[in-house]
Amino acid sequence: MTATRRDLLTAALTAAGAAVTPDLTRAQEHEHEHEHGHDHDQDHQAVPSDPALRVKALESLLVAKGLVDRAALDALIDTYEHRVGPRNGARVVARAWTDPAYKQRLLSDPDAALAELGYGGLQGEHMVVVENTPQVHNLVVCTLCSCYPWPVLGLPPVWYKSAPYRSRAVIDPRGVLREFGLELPENVELRVWDSTAELRYLVLPERPAGSDGWTEETLAARVTRDAMIGVAKIAIASKGDQA
Amino acid sequence: MNGVHDLGGMHGMGPIQQEVNEPVFHQPWEGRAYAMTRAMGLWRLWNLDASRFQRELIAPVDYFRTSYYERWIAGLVELMLKAKLVTRTEMDSGRPDEGAAVRTPALTADKVPALIAKGVPARRDAKVAASFRAGQRVRARNINPVGHTRLPRYARGKLGTVDRDHGVFVFPDTNAHFLGETPQHVYSVRFDARELWGEQANRRDSVYVDMWDAYLEPA
Repeated sequence: MTATRRDLLTAALTAAGAAVTPDLTRAQEHEHEHEHGHDHDQDHQAVPSDPALRVKALESLLVAKGLVDRAALDALIDTYEHRVGPRNGARVVARAWTDPAYKQRLLSDPDAALAELGYGGLQGEHMVVVENTPQVHNLVVCTLCSCYPWPVLGLPPVWYKSAPYRSRAVIDPRGVLREFGLELPENVELRVWDSTAELRYLVLPERPAGSDGWTEETLAARVTRDAMIGVAKIAIASKGDQA
Repeated sequence: MNGVHDLGGMHGMGPIQQEVNEPVFHQPWEGRAYAMTRAMGLWRLWNLDASRFQRELIAPVDYFRTSYYERWIAGLVELMLKAKLVTRTEMDSGRPDEGAAVRTPALTADKVPALIAKGVPARRDAKVAASFRAGQRVRARNINPVGHTRLPRYARGKLGTVDRDHGVFVFPDTNAHFLGETPQHVYSVRFDARELWGEQANRRDSVYVDMWDAYLEPA
Protein backbone atom coordinates (compact mmCIF):
# COMPACT_ATOMS: atom_id res chain seq x y z
CA MET A 1 0.00 0.00 0.00
CA THR A 2 1.20 3.46 -0.78
CA ALA A 3 1.81 6.20 1.73
CA THR A 4 -1.19 7.97 0.27
CA ARG A 5 -3.42 5.06 1.06
CA ARG A 6 -2.04 4.82 4.58
CA ASP A 7 -2.63 8.52 5.18
CA LEU A 8 -6.12 8.19 3.89
CA LEU A 9 -7.02 5.41 6.28
CA THR A 10 -5.51 7.33 9.13
CA ALA A 11 -7.64 10.26 8.12
CA ALA A 12 -10.72 8.08 8.03
CA LEU A 13 -10.24 7.01 11.61
CA THR A 14 -9.43 10.51 12.75
CA ALA A 15 -12.55 11.79 11.13
CA ALA A 16 -14.61 9.22 12.97
CA GLY A 17 -13.02 10.38 16.17
CA ALA A 18 -11.30 7.05 16.55
CA ALA A 19 -7.81 6.46 17.75
CA VAL A 20 -5.36 6.19 14.92
CA THR A 21 -3.29 3.07 15.26
CA PRO A 22 -0.09 3.35 13.28
CA ASP A 23 1.97 1.91 16.13
CA LEU A 24 -0.49 -0.89 16.61
CA THR A 25 -0.26 -1.66 12.95
CA ARG A 26 3.52 -1.66 12.88
CA ALA A 27 3.72 -3.77 16.02
CA GLN A 28 1.83 -6.53 14.30
CA GLU A 29 3.38 -6.28 10.88
CA HIS A 30 6.10 -8.81 11.45
CA GLU A 31 3.77 -11.40 12.89
CA HIS A 32 1.33 -10.93 10.06
CA GLU A 33 3.87 -11.24 7.30
CA HIS A 34 5.30 -14.30 8.94
CA GLU A 35 1.96 -16.05 8.97
CA HIS A 36 1.18 -14.80 5.53
CA GLY A 37 4.27 -16.43 4.14
CA HIS A 38 2.88 -19.84 4.90
CA ASP A 39 -0.38 -19.21 3.15
CA HIS A 40 0.78 -17.68 -0.10
CA ASP A 41 3.83 -18.59 -2.04
CA GLN A 42 3.63 -15.60 -4.31
CA ASP A 43 5.39 -12.33 -3.65
CA HIS A 44 6.49 -12.44 -0.01
CA GLN A 45 7.39 -8.80 -0.11
CA ALA A 46 3.85 -7.74 -0.83
CA VAL A 47 2.65 -5.75 2.14
CA PRO A 48 -0.86 -6.69 3.15
CA SER A 49 -3.36 -3.90 2.84
CA ASP A 50 -3.63 -1.56 5.80
CA PRO A 51 -7.09 -2.63 6.87
CA ALA A 52 -5.88 -6.23 7.05
CA LEU A 53 -3.07 -5.18 9.38
CA ARG A 54 -5.24 -2.96 11.49
CA VAL A 55 -7.98 -5.53 11.91
CA LYS A 56 -5.52 -8.25 12.81
CA ALA A 57 -3.89 -5.97 15.40
CA LEU A 58 -7.26 -5.00 16.79
CA GLU A 59 -8.33 -8.62 17.09
CA SER A 60 -5.11 -9.48 18.95
CA LEU A 61 -5.74 -6.66 21.42
CA LEU A 62 -9.38 -7.59 21.99
CA VAL A 63 -8.50 -11.24 22.49
CA ALA A 64 -5.74 -10.31 24.95
CA LYS A 65 -8.24 -8.23 26.91
CA GLY A 66 -10.78 -11.02 26.94
CA LEU A 67 -13.27 -8.91 25.00
CA VAL A 68 -13.74 -11.27 22.09
CA ASP A 69 -13.48 -15.01 21.65
CA ARG A 70 -11.75 -16.06 18.44
CA ALA A 71 -13.93 -19.14 18.17
CA ALA A 72 -17.04 -16.94 18.31
CA LEU A 73 -15.67 -14.84 15.45
CA ASP A 74 -14.96 -18.01 13.47
CA ALA A 75 -18.52 -19.24 14.10
CA LEU A 76 -20.05 -15.95 12.95
CA ILE A 77 -17.99 -15.92 9.77
CA ASP A 78 -18.71 -19.56 9.07
CA THR A 79 -22.43 -18.94 9.45
CA TYR A 80 -22.58 -16.26 6.78
CA GLU A 81 -20.02 -17.86 4.48
CA HIS A 82 -21.52 -21.32 4.52
CA ARG A 83 -24.93 -21.58 6.19
CA VAL A 84 -27.00 -18.45 5.67
CA GLY A 85 -27.45 -17.09 2.17
CA PRO A 86 -29.84 -16.67 -0.75
CA ARG A 87 -30.49 -20.40 -0.91
CA ASN A 88 -32.67 -19.88 2.16
CA GLY A 89 -34.76 -17.25 0.41
CA ALA A 90 -34.96 -19.40 -2.71
CA ARG A 91 -36.46 -22.22 -0.68
CA VAL A 92 -39.07 -19.84 0.73
CA VAL A 93 -39.96 -18.57 -2.73
CA ALA A 94 -40.25 -22.08 -4.18
CA ARG A 95 -42.49 -23.12 -1.31
CA ALA A 96 -44.72 -20.09 -1.87
CA TRP A 97 -44.98 -20.92 -5.58
CA THR A 98 -46.02 -24.51 -4.95
CA ASP A 99 -48.17 -24.10 -1.84
CA PRO A 100 -50.84 -21.37 -2.11
CA ALA A 101 -51.72 -21.59 1.58
CA TYR A 102 -48.06 -21.06 2.48
CA LYS A 103 -47.88 -18.10 0.13
CA GLN A 104 -50.86 -16.52 1.87
CA ARG A 105 -49.21 -16.98 5.26
CA LEU A 106 -45.93 -15.62 3.91
CA LEU A 107 -47.58 -12.43 2.73
CA SER A 108 -49.87 -11.93 5.73
CA ASP A 109 -47.62 -13.12 8.58
CA PRO A 110 -44.10 -13.37 7.17
CA ASP A 111 -42.26 -13.89 10.46
CA ALA A 112 -44.35 -16.94 11.31
CA ALA A 113 -44.25 -18.32 7.76
CA LEU A 114 -40.45 -17.95 7.57
CA ALA A 115 -40.10 -19.58 10.97
CA GLU A 116 -41.94 -22.61 9.59
CA LEU A 117 -38.90 -23.19 7.37
CA GLY A 118 -36.49 -22.32 10.17
CA TYR A 119 -35.63 -18.80 9.09
CA GLY A 120 -35.62 -15.68 11.23
CA GLY A 121 -33.46 -13.83 13.71
CA LEU A 122 -30.59 -11.45 13.23
CA GLN A 123 -31.44 -8.66 10.76
CA GLY A 124 -34.63 -10.43 9.83
CA GLU A 125 -36.50 -10.11 13.09
CA HIS A 126 -39.37 -8.24 11.44
CA MET A 127 -39.95 -9.22 7.84
CA VAL A 128 -42.17 -7.93 5.06
CA VAL A 129 -42.67 -9.95 1.87
CA VAL A 130 -43.79 -8.05 -1.23
CA GLU A 131 -45.15 -9.91 -4.23
CA ASN A 132 -44.31 -9.25 -7.85
CA THR A 133 -47.16 -9.72 -10.31
CA PRO A 134 -47.61 -8.93 -14.00
CA GLN A 135 -48.91 -5.51 -12.87
CA VAL A 136 -46.57 -4.69 -9.97
CA HIS A 137 -42.80 -4.89 -9.59
CA ASN A 138 -41.04 -4.36 -6.25
CA LEU A 139 -37.49 -3.17 -5.60
CA VAL A 140 -35.71 -3.09 -2.22
CA VAL A 141 -33.03 -0.60 -1.15
CA CYS A 142 -31.56 0.92 1.98
CA THR A 143 -30.66 4.50 1.08
CA LEU A 144 -29.27 5.31 4.54
CA CYS A 145 -26.98 2.32 5.13
CA SER A 146 -27.14 -1.35 4.14
CA CYS A 147 -30.24 -2.93 5.70
CA TYR A 148 -30.91 -6.31 4.11
CA PRO A 149 -32.78 -9.47 5.16
CA TRP A 150 -29.88 -11.61 6.37
CA PRO A 151 -31.76 -14.78 7.37
CA VAL A 152 -33.11 -15.29 3.85
CA LEU A 153 -30.46 -13.60 1.66
CA GLY A 154 -27.28 -13.63 3.75
CA LEU A 155 -25.03 -10.58 3.80
CA PRO A 156 -25.58 -8.05 1.00
CA PRO A 157 -23.40 -7.81 -2.11
CA VAL A 158 -21.13 -4.78 -2.40
CA TRP A 159 -23.28 -3.11 -5.06
CA TYR A 160 -26.30 -3.12 -2.74
CA LYS A 161 -24.28 -1.20 -0.13
CA SER A 162 -22.73 1.14 -2.66
CA ALA A 163 -23.48 4.81 -3.34
CA PRO A 164 -24.56 4.28 -6.98
CA TYR A 165 -27.36 1.87 -6.05
CA ARG A 166 -28.46 3.61 -2.86
CA SER A 167 -28.62 7.03 -4.51
CA ARG A 168 -30.46 6.06 -7.67
CA ALA A 169 -32.82 3.26 -6.61
CA VAL A 170 -35.33 5.82 -5.32
CA ILE A 171 -35.01 8.57 -7.94
CA ASP A 172 -34.41 6.48 -11.05
CA PRO A 173 -35.48 2.93 -10.28
CA ARG A 174 -36.27 2.09 -13.89
CA GLY A 175 -32.79 3.23 -14.89
CA VAL A 176 -31.34 1.02 -12.19
CA LEU A 177 -33.34 -1.96 -13.43
CA ARG A 178 -32.14 -1.25 -16.98
CA GLU A 179 -28.59 -1.35 -15.70
CA PHE A 180 -29.32 -4.84 -14.40
CA GLY A 181 -30.70 -5.78 -17.80
CA LEU A 182 -34.36 -5.50 -16.90
CA GLU A 183 -36.54 -3.23 -19.02
CA LEU A 184 -39.74 -2.79 -17.06
CA PRO A 185 -42.77 -2.22 -19.30
CA GLU A 186 -44.23 1.26 -19.02
CA ASN A 187 -47.58 -0.03 -17.77
CA VAL A 188 -46.11 -1.99 -14.84
CA GLU A 189 -46.31 -0.23 -11.49
CA LEU A 190 -42.95 0.00 -9.72
CA ARG A 191 -42.80 0.10 -5.93
CA VAL A 192 -39.51 0.90 -4.26
CA TRP A 193 -39.13 -0.10 -0.60
CA ASP A 194 -36.59 1.98 1.33
CA SER A 195 -35.56 0.01 4.44
CA THR A 196 -35.34 2.98 6.78
CA ALA A 197 -36.59 1.14 9.89
CA GLU A 198 -36.12 -2.35 11.32
CA LEU A 199 -38.43 -4.00 8.81
CA ARG A 200 -36.58 -6.14 6.29
CA TYR A 201 -37.96 -6.74 2.82
CA LEU A 202 -38.00 -9.82 0.62
CA VAL A 203 -39.39 -9.74 -2.90
CA LEU A 204 -41.46 -12.75 -3.89
CA PRO A 205 -40.68 -12.94 -7.63
CA GLU A 206 -43.09 -14.10 -10.29
CA ARG A 207 -42.94 -17.78 -11.01
CA PRO A 208 -41.44 -18.23 -14.48
CA ALA A 209 -43.78 -19.34 -17.24
CA GLY A 210 -43.34 -22.93 -18.36
CA SER A 211 -42.41 -24.24 -14.92
CA ASP A 212 -45.70 -26.03 -14.27
CA GLY A 213 -45.22 -29.30 -12.50
CA TRP A 214 -41.66 -28.63 -11.45
CA THR A 215 -40.64 -29.79 -8.02
CA GLU A 216 -39.97 -27.34 -5.25
CA GLU A 217 -36.25 -28.18 -5.41
CA THR A 218 -36.04 -27.56 -9.15
CA LEU A 219 -37.84 -24.27 -8.76
CA ALA A 220 -35.65 -23.19 -5.84
CA ALA A 221 -32.55 -23.75 -7.96
CA ARG A 222 -33.81 -21.12 -10.40
CA VAL A 223 -34.49 -18.41 -7.82
CA THR A 224 -31.73 -15.80 -7.72
CA ARG A 225 -30.64 -13.35 -5.06
CA ASP A 226 -31.15 -10.47 -7.48
CA ALA A 227 -34.75 -11.50 -8.13
CA MET A 228 -35.42 -11.48 -4.39
CA ILE A 229 -34.03 -7.91 -4.15
CA GLY A 230 -36.09 -6.94 -7.17
CA VAL A 231 -33.34 -6.01 -9.63
CA ALA A 232 -34.05 -9.02 -11.83
CA LYS A 233 -36.79 -11.37 -12.89
CA ILE A 234 -36.40 -15.09 -13.01
CA ALA A 235 -35.49 -16.26 -16.47
CA ILE A 236 -38.16 -17.90 -18.58
CA ALA A 237 -37.76 -21.58 -18.15
CA SER A 238 -36.83 -23.84 -21.01
CA LYS A 239 -37.57 -27.54 -21.13
CA GLY A 240 -34.00 -28.55 -20.56
CA ASP A 241 -33.99 -26.80 -17.22
CA GLN A 242 -36.11 -29.40 -15.54
CA ALA A 243 -33.42 -32.03 -15.67
CA MET B 1 -27.73 14.47 10.64
CA ASN B 2 -27.67 15.72 7.08
CA GLY B 3 -24.73 13.51 6.20
CA VAL B 4 -23.48 11.96 2.99
CA HIS B 5 -24.78 8.58 4.14
CA ASP B 6 -28.25 9.92 3.26
CA LEU B 7 -27.80 9.10 -0.39
CA GLY B 8 -31.31 8.78 -1.76
CA GLY B 9 -31.78 10.93 -4.86
CA MET B 10 -28.16 12.02 -5.31
CA HIS B 11 -26.63 12.13 -8.78
CA GLY B 12 -23.13 11.47 -10.01
CA MET B 13 -22.29 8.34 -8.06
CA GLY B 14 -21.46 6.39 -11.20
CA PRO B 15 -22.55 3.02 -12.54
CA ILE B 16 -23.55 0.12 -10.31
CA GLN B 17 -20.66 -2.32 -10.22
CA GLN B 18 -21.94 -5.85 -10.20
CA GLU B 19 -19.64 -8.75 -9.49
CA VAL B 20 -20.20 -12.28 -10.73
CA ASN B 21 -19.89 -15.01 -8.08
CA GLU B 22 -19.15 -12.45 -5.42
CA PRO B 23 -17.71 -13.91 -2.21
CA VAL B 24 -19.38 -13.08 1.11
CA PHE B 25 -16.12 -11.51 2.27
CA HIS B 26 -13.53 -10.33 -0.25
CA GLN B 27 -10.64 -10.65 2.21
CA PRO B 28 -10.38 -12.54 5.48
CA TRP B 29 -10.09 -9.25 7.38
CA GLU B 30 -13.56 -8.24 6.23
CA GLY B 31 -15.01 -11.28 7.94
CA ARG B 32 -13.02 -10.53 11.10
CA ALA B 33 -14.21 -6.89 11.03
CA TYR B 34 -17.79 -8.02 10.59
CA ALA B 35 -17.59 -10.62 13.36
CA MET B 36 -15.77 -8.37 15.83
CA THR B 37 -18.42 -5.70 15.38
CA ARG B 38 -21.13 -8.27 16.08
CA ALA B 39 -19.29 -9.79 19.04
CA MET B 40 -18.51 -6.45 20.68
CA GLY B 41 -22.15 -5.43 20.42
CA LEU B 42 -22.91 -8.19 22.90
CA TRP B 43 -21.32 -6.13 25.67
CA ARG B 44 -24.53 -4.10 25.36
CA LEU B 45 -22.68 -0.84 25.97
CA TRP B 46 -24.12 0.65 22.82
CA ASN B 47 -26.92 -0.26 20.44
CA LEU B 48 -27.55 -0.69 16.74
CA ASP B 49 -28.65 2.92 16.32
CA ALA B 50 -25.57 4.25 18.10
CA SER B 51 -23.31 2.15 15.89
CA ARG B 52 -25.04 3.43 12.74
CA PHE B 53 -24.66 7.01 13.97
CA GLN B 54 -20.98 6.45 14.68
CA ARG B 55 -20.44 5.45 11.05
CA GLU B 56 -22.40 8.49 9.89
CA LEU B 57 -19.85 10.69 11.68
CA ILE B 58 -17.10 9.62 9.30
CA ALA B 59 -16.05 12.64 7.25
CA PRO B 60 -17.60 12.77 3.75
CA VAL B 61 -14.36 12.35 1.80
CA ASP B 62 -13.47 9.27 3.83
CA TYR B 63 -16.99 7.88 3.73
CA PHE B 64 -16.71 7.55 -0.03
CA ARG B 65 -13.07 6.54 -0.26
CA THR B 66 -13.04 3.81 2.37
CA SER B 67 -14.64 0.44 1.94
CA TYR B 68 -17.68 -0.75 3.84
CA TYR B 69 -15.85 -2.79 6.45
CA GLU B 70 -13.19 -0.11 6.93
CA ARG B 71 -16.04 2.13 8.04
CA TRP B 72 -17.29 -0.60 10.37
CA ILE B 73 -13.89 -0.85 12.03
CA ALA B 74 -13.56 2.92 12.34
CA GLY B 75 -16.95 3.05 14.02
CA LEU B 76 -16.24 0.08 16.28
CA VAL B 77 -12.98 1.53 17.57
CA GLU B 78 -14.64 4.80 18.50
CA LEU B 79 -17.54 3.03 20.25
CA MET B 80 -15.09 0.92 22.27
CA LEU B 81 -13.13 3.99 23.31
CA LYS B 82 -16.26 5.84 24.39
CA ALA B 83 -17.43 2.79 26.34
CA LYS B 84 -13.96 2.49 27.91
CA LEU B 85 -13.56 -1.08 26.73
CA VAL B 86 -10.19 -0.06 25.30
CA THR B 87 -7.95 2.92 25.95
CA ARG B 88 -6.04 5.12 23.55
CA THR B 89 -2.76 3.83 24.92
CA GLU B 90 -3.90 0.30 24.15
CA MET B 91 -4.81 1.34 20.64
CA ASP B 92 -1.34 2.83 20.26
CA SER B 93 0.60 -0.05 21.76
CA GLY B 94 -1.54 -2.94 20.57
CA ARG B 95 -1.28 -4.49 24.04
CA PRO B 96 -3.46 -4.31 27.14
CA ASP B 97 -2.45 -1.57 29.57
CA GLU B 98 -0.45 -2.57 32.62
CA GLY B 99 -2.88 -4.01 35.14
CA ALA B 100 -5.85 -3.94 32.77
CA ALA B 101 -8.54 -6.45 33.69
CA VAL B 102 -8.81 -9.53 31.52
CA ARG B 103 -12.48 -10.18 30.96
CA THR B 104 -14.50 -13.14 29.83
CA PRO B 105 -15.83 -12.55 26.31
CA ALA B 106 -19.49 -11.53 26.15
CA LEU B 107 -20.02 -13.67 23.07
CA THR B 108 -18.60 -17.17 23.08
CA ALA B 109 -18.89 -19.63 20.22
CA ASP B 110 -21.59 -21.65 21.97
CA LYS B 111 -23.83 -18.55 22.09
CA VAL B 112 -23.50 -17.70 18.38
CA PRO B 113 -26.34 -19.92 17.10
CA ALA B 114 -28.79 -18.43 19.62
CA LEU B 115 -27.71 -14.88 18.77
CA ILE B 116 -28.31 -15.49 15.08
CA ALA B 117 -31.59 -17.35 15.65
CA LYS B 118 -33.07 -14.80 18.05
CA GLY B 119 -31.58 -11.61 16.69
CA VAL B 120 -32.12 -8.30 18.41
CA PRO B 121 -35.81 -7.46 17.98
CA ALA B 122 -36.63 -3.75 17.84
CA ARG B 123 -40.40 -4.19 18.15
CA ARG B 124 -41.83 -3.45 21.60
CA ASP B 125 -45.00 -4.56 23.36
CA ALA B 126 -45.49 -1.11 24.85
CA LYS B 127 -49.05 0.19 24.56
CA VAL B 128 -48.54 3.37 22.59
CA ALA B 129 -51.35 5.11 20.76
CA ALA B 130 -51.01 5.33 16.99
CA SER B 131 -51.39 8.90 15.72
CA PHE B 132 -52.12 7.73 12.20
CA ARG B 133 -54.00 4.93 10.48
CA ALA B 134 -53.73 3.11 7.19
CA GLY B 135 -55.13 5.15 4.33
CA GLN B 136 -54.53 8.48 6.03
CA ARG B 137 -52.80 11.31 4.18
CA VAL B 138 -49.71 12.47 6.03
CA ARG B 139 -46.81 14.82 5.54
CA ALA B 140 -43.26 13.93 6.54
CA ARG B 141 -42.03 16.60 8.90
CA ASN B 142 -39.36 18.95 7.68
CA ILE B 143 -36.85 18.32 10.45
CA ASN B 144 -33.07 18.58 10.27
CA PRO B 145 -31.69 17.08 13.48
CA VAL B 146 -27.93 17.20 13.95
CA GLY B 147 -28.12 13.80 15.66
CA HIS B 148 -29.13 10.44 14.27
CA THR B 149 -32.34 10.14 12.29
CA ARG B 150 -33.80 7.64 9.87
CA LEU B 151 -35.94 10.18 8.08
CA PRO B 152 -34.21 10.56 4.70
CA ARG B 153 -33.93 14.07 3.32
CA TYR B 154 -35.69 13.21 0.08
CA ALA B 155 -38.93 12.52 1.97
CA ARG B 156 -38.96 15.54 4.27
CA GLY B 157 -41.89 17.87 3.75
CA LYS B 158 -43.48 15.48 1.23
CA LEU B 159 -47.06 14.25 1.15
CA GLY B 160 -47.77 10.56 1.40
CA THR B 161 -50.34 7.98 2.42
CA VAL B 162 -50.01 5.54 5.30
CA ASP B 163 -49.95 2.10 3.70
CA ARG B 164 -49.78 0.06 6.90
CA ASP B 165 -48.95 0.24 10.57
CA HIS B 166 -46.00 -2.03 11.42
CA GLY B 167 -46.53 -1.77 15.18
CA VAL B 168 -44.42 -0.24 17.93
CA PHE B 169 -40.64 0.03 17.61
CA VAL B 170 -37.62 1.58 19.30
CA PHE B 171 -37.04 5.16 18.09
CA PRO B 172 -33.51 5.56 16.67
CA ASP B 173 -33.38 9.34 17.07
CA THR B 174 -33.28 8.99 20.87
CA ASN B 175 -31.90 5.47 21.21
CA ALA B 176 -28.75 6.29 19.23
CA HIS B 177 -27.92 8.93 21.82
CA PHE B 178 -28.78 6.77 24.85
CA LEU B 179 -31.80 8.97 25.57
CA GLY B 180 -34.23 6.10 25.83
CA GLU B 181 -36.12 3.87 23.42
CA THR B 182 -39.16 6.17 23.09
CA PRO B 183 -41.22 3.30 21.59
CA GLN B 184 -43.72 4.43 18.98
CA HIS B 185 -45.58 3.23 15.91
CA VAL B 186 -43.76 2.77 12.64
CA TYR B 187 -45.73 3.06 9.42
CA SER B 188 -45.00 2.25 5.85
CA VAL B 189 -45.78 5.48 4.03
CA ARG B 190 -46.29 5.50 0.28
CA PHE B 191 -45.03 8.50 -1.65
CA ASP B 192 -45.84 9.00 -5.30
CA ALA B 193 -42.59 9.23 -7.23
CA ARG B 194 -43.82 12.52 -8.71
CA GLU B 195 -44.39 14.00 -5.24
CA LEU B 196 -40.74 13.21 -4.45
CA TRP B 197 -39.06 13.94 -7.76
CA GLY B 198 -41.44 15.97 -9.88
CA GLU B 199 -42.69 15.44 -13.41
CA GLN B 200 -39.60 13.55 -14.52
CA ALA B 201 -40.73 10.54 -12.49
CA ASN B 202 -42.98 7.84 -13.86
CA ARG B 203 -46.55 8.40 -12.72
CA ARG B 204 -46.94 4.72 -11.87
CA ASP B 205 -43.97 4.63 -9.53
CA SER B 206 -43.86 5.10 -5.80
CA VAL B 207 -41.45 4.85 -2.89
CA TYR B 208 -42.47 3.29 0.42
CA VAL B 209 -40.57 4.67 3.39
CA ASP B 210 -40.81 3.30 6.92
CA MET B 211 -41.62 6.23 9.17
CA TRP B 212 -41.78 6.59 12.93
CA ASP B 213 -44.79 8.39 14.36
CA ALA B 214 -42.67 11.42 15.31
CA TYR B 215 -41.64 11.89 11.66
CA LEU B 216 -45.19 12.54 10.51
CA GLU B 217 -47.91 15.15 10.77
CA PRO B 218 -51.49 15.01 9.49
CA ALA B 219 -51.95 16.42 6.01
